[in-house]
Amino acid sequence: MRAKKFILSSFIILMFVIYSVSQNFGNSKNTVAGNILPANTDTTVPIQNNNTPAAVATGPQPAKPTPKPAPSSNSTPPTPVAISGKYKDGTYTGISADAYYGNVQVQIAINGGKITDVQFLDYPQDRRTSLEINSQAMPYLKTEAIQAQSAQVDIVSGATATSGAFQQSLASALSQAS
Amino acid sequence: MGMPITVEIADESAVEEAINNIFTYFEYVESKFSVYKQTSEISLFNKGEISEDEFSDDMKKIFELSEETKKLTNGYFDIKSDKKYDPSGLVKGWAIYNAAQLLKDMGFKNFYVEAGGDIQAYGKNGEGQFWKVGIKNPFEQTQIVKAVRIENKGIATSGTCLRGQHIYNPKDNNKPAVEIISLTVIGPNIYEADRFATAAFAMGKKGIEFIEGLKGFEGYMIDYNGTATMTGCFEKYVLK
Repeated sequence: MRAKKFILSSFIILMFVIYSVSQNFGNSKNTVAGNILPANTDTTVPIQNNNTPAAVATGPQPAKPTPKPAPSSNSTPPTPVAISGKYKDGTYTGISADAYYGNVQVQIAINGGKITDVQFLDYPQDRRTSLEINSQAMPYLKTEAIQAQSAQVDIVSGATATSGAFQQSLASALSQAS
Repeated sequence: MGMPITVEIADESAVEEAINNIFTYFEYVESKFSVYKQTSEISLFNKGEISEDEFSDDMKKIFELSEETKKLTNGYFDIKSDKKYDPSGLVKGWAIYNAAQLLKDMGFKNFYVEAGGDIQAYGKNGEGQFWKVGIKNPFEQTQIVKAVRIENKGIATSGTCLRGQHIYNPKDNNKPAVEIISLTVIGPNIYEADRFATAAFAMGKKGIEFIEGLKGFEGYMIDYNGTATMTGCFEKYVLK
């Protein structure tokens, strides 16, 4: 009886779709896209951001900036390990995919078996913003290769506005490079 | 806007009516702020059919918050794009936060509200643990690449979205550069997490540095190579 009460009264879960924007939420399963996860989990990459400080720190000023405590030894860039290539070197153009408000088409460059550049050949908003970004060195940041997790979670956070079209075009470009 | 909503209440006193109230609230938000709805207040404003003087209280509030956020982020957060206004980068977090407040007012203590991949969580799940959130693999949507446990926090993920700000590609005047694929921010509440995730994403790879500089916020950024960069104290949230 207690179990029944527990089941009935302690959990109410409702999935309610008000309406979905007619985008592809990754329905087109392309196993190549999944292969973008580095297979070699032992690889390390150097910290992406440059430790060269800019002359003037005129970056964005947040409301309540407070210095963080001194970093641990994680701030030292790990020694890069040679990564065996997964993709054939070259330049590949993905399909032009429908992003609902326009088309998306990407072109990728593969060097040393890895993606080294991604360009948009087509995108819905034809605008650009010129940005000047200056920032001080950020020794606290840490990097890692993403890895699929098997942990059970209650809910997932992800960008739904991430155009499935972007993923489609990227996946098709990668499939040519495989 | 126009996204799935999930509400989960672990309190024993949960009733369906409570959840229906939340969905009704989101319908209201949709009817006002969705640029995909021709009859929404924001669409009417964008078409020039109503003026700023005729704004509803909520629309006025959103424009005020947007202006404040624009200043806080040196213009990286901007709801105006090509002479049209789209406040969804702030409305989503604001709406989720308000919906969560509605549930709190109803007396609930253990729940989360999720909309479009952004979440406000309070209390604990049905197993008596703080809510566990997975960060989606932006390259494969059926996988998660991180699992975090959040205690009365908001978590928002911004992704490659071709509306709004682009990063200028210094090599090619006509094309935006792709630097990062997704940026997840954990903050004191979902309104804060969402607006700063939106702004930080517009900054490209520097976005994670912006989050690092914000006290009370942690971030996890993924670039197009599948390399993640996280802020110094992000790992305190990670499920061990």
